[in-house]
Amino acid sequence: MSKAILYDATICIHCKLCEQGCAQRNGLPYDDSIAAEEKQSEHKFTVVMAQGDKYMRHLCMNCLDPTCASVCPVGAMQKTAEGPVTYNVSRCIGCRYCMVACPFSVPKYEWGKTNPRVRKCDMCADRVMAGQQTACADACPTGATKFGERDALIAEAKDRIAGNPGQYINHIYGLEEVGGTSVLLLSSVPFANFGYPSDLSSEPRPLLTHQALAHIPDVLTLGGLLLGGIWWITNRRSEVALAEAETSDPESRGKRREG
Amino acid sequence: MSFPRITFWRVVLGAFLVAGFCATVLRFARGLGAATHLSNAFPWGLWVGFDVLCGVMLAAGGFTLTATVYIFHLDKFRPIIRPTVLTAFMGYVLVIVALFYDLGRGWFIWHAIIMWNPRSVMFEVAWCVMLYTTVLTLEFAPILFERLRLEKLLRIQHAIVIPLVILGVLLSTLHQSSLGSLYLIMPNKLHPLWYTAWLPVLFFLSAICVGLAMTIFESSLSSRHFGKQLELSLLRSLGRVLLVTLLFYAVLRFLDLYHRGALKLLAMRSYETNMFLLEVALALVLPIALLMIPRVRESAGGLYLCAVLVILGFITNRLNVTITGMEASAGVHYFPKWSEIAVTGSIVGIGFAVFGLAVKYLPIFPASGERSATPVPAASQAAPRLSHARP
Repeated sequence: MSKAILYDATICIHCKLCEQGCAQRNGLPYDDSIAAEEKQSEHKFTVVMAQGDKYMRHLCMNCLDPTCASVCPVGAMQKTAEGPVTYNVSRCIGCRYCMVACPFSVPKYEWGKTNPRVRKCDMCADRVMAGQQTACADACPTGATKFGERDALIAEAKDRIAGNPGQYINHIYGLEEVGGTSVLLLSSVPFANFGYPSDLSSEPRPLLTHQALAHIPDVLTLGGLLLGGIWWITNRRSEVALAEAETSDPESRGKRREG
Repeated sequence: MSFPRITFWRVVLGAFLVAGFCATVLRFARGLGAATHLSNAFPWGLWVGFDVLCGVMLAAGGFTLTATVYIFHLDKFRPIIRPTVLTAFMGYVLVIVALFYDLGRGWFIWHAIIMWNPRSVMFEVAWCVMLYTTVLTLEFAPILFERLRLEKLLRIQHAIVIPLVILGVLLSTLHQSSLGSLYLIMPNKLHPLWYTAWLPVLFFLSAICVGLAMTIFESSLSSRHFGKQLELSLLRSLGRVLLVTLLFYAVLRFLDLYHRGALKLLAMRSYETNMFLLEVALALVLPIALLMIPRVRESAGGLYLCAVLVILGFITNRLNVTITGMEASAGVHYFPKWSEIAVTGSIVGIGFAVFGLAVKYLPIFPASGERSATPVPAASQAAPRLSHARP
């Protein structure tokens, strides 16, 4: 019953009502100058970009196996069963590993504050939990941003591509990328044109870390045994050498007793 | 108390401390944005790249030497144990100081103790910092106990020294490698000259190289400024081990680049390749070539030069991973702000100053004539006799 957002750039009219709805829900300022900003930031969680008559939205992808949630040392980022990836500021220590690690570079930081928070779209977690749709989907007048069950939205996206092969590139962005995301994108032009990474494998990112972390018990147990063993051998050797020296060399024995 | 003599380096230290103080005020009064050139596009800079990653690397002599002496019983290196453990201990304390500057909410650093996420490399890093700093404190403690003549505590420390050393080596292995593992999760962000699944292994091996180089460096420095030094024969042995370790690292690094098909990137001239070549020249090519020459390897000056090259080379490596290699994917160029450099410079300066004071007032180097009254374990007493006893 995981929820998702399907954004279809070919239906988008660049009205930016999703930006406005998002700002409202998150209590962020929104005016003409902020509307003109074409970058996600700590005060703008979603952006509709334009290149000629082609548009593209940016928001947190709310990955199925989120990199940010896996890298956070204190578990401030969490993937909910409903889909949203949430941020709990009361846990955060401000290491910013989530920002560095996110394959889409989504999390932003309140650089100007002395008690800063990480800021990002959380797929309107409170609304989604309450059975509502996200604020951006709510605000969209054309249905370009659509909220629903992830499986149903994938089926619909496939239908749209199959129904209008000339209108879309044959790629649902977010279906496979980094193991799948809760935000799915359709477009008529390559996603890379709008800054979406095109080289993401379908392997969930946390697996890369897991391969290294899985060796910790090996290092501790085998390493401990090895070091302990080496110490035992070298120590025994010294003891034996000392004993031999004492029995075979009465002079040194005498010296040792004196010392 | 007499006023300290004014020397060039004291003036430099003073200037950095004044600037560092201003930077500290800026950092905590106005936040990271005012005190750094960090941005949403480039969230980790000099304080992570140098203060944390290099700081931990420069402290690697601690576990390398304690393992050599206590586990492998190469007792001739015992005189170097204290300066290296001191450096490691100070290194870790300074890393923690730097963390309070870099963390956005450093006052919640203790969250890692109670709010667990074992899937996170940063969680591993946090625990390694905490546990290994504790171990280093206990390894460093006898120096203080001795000075304060706390015989009972000294005996307790001696009873647990072997498990302590083993724990320290294991934690260091995990910690040094985990700083490389931090980057495993960003294959599309870190430049292919540096991104490899072998990052943890390479970080660990290079830490051993730097640990050896730091030991040579400190000893040479101490001999110049405090007249306290180690026997040249010991430094020569360290130089030989350093050569072998560097060769091993170089071969592994080359094979990794070769098998990933990353060598062809070197044919293209770019900022990244230039920085890569600088790193390889400083850390590997020059010191390996120099250490191959017996006249260099046998001389105190030659060894000092090689140690400095290795240290600078691997500092370049860590900065390449954290800064150079991340710029292209971030789409921005990062250069630290004056306040970032001031804090880093102050921390390094404090490191040198505290080391100097410790050498002066604590029994760090085996001073001629005043041999320490430490009860030495029986095994180590035996070792010097070993060569005589053998028929």
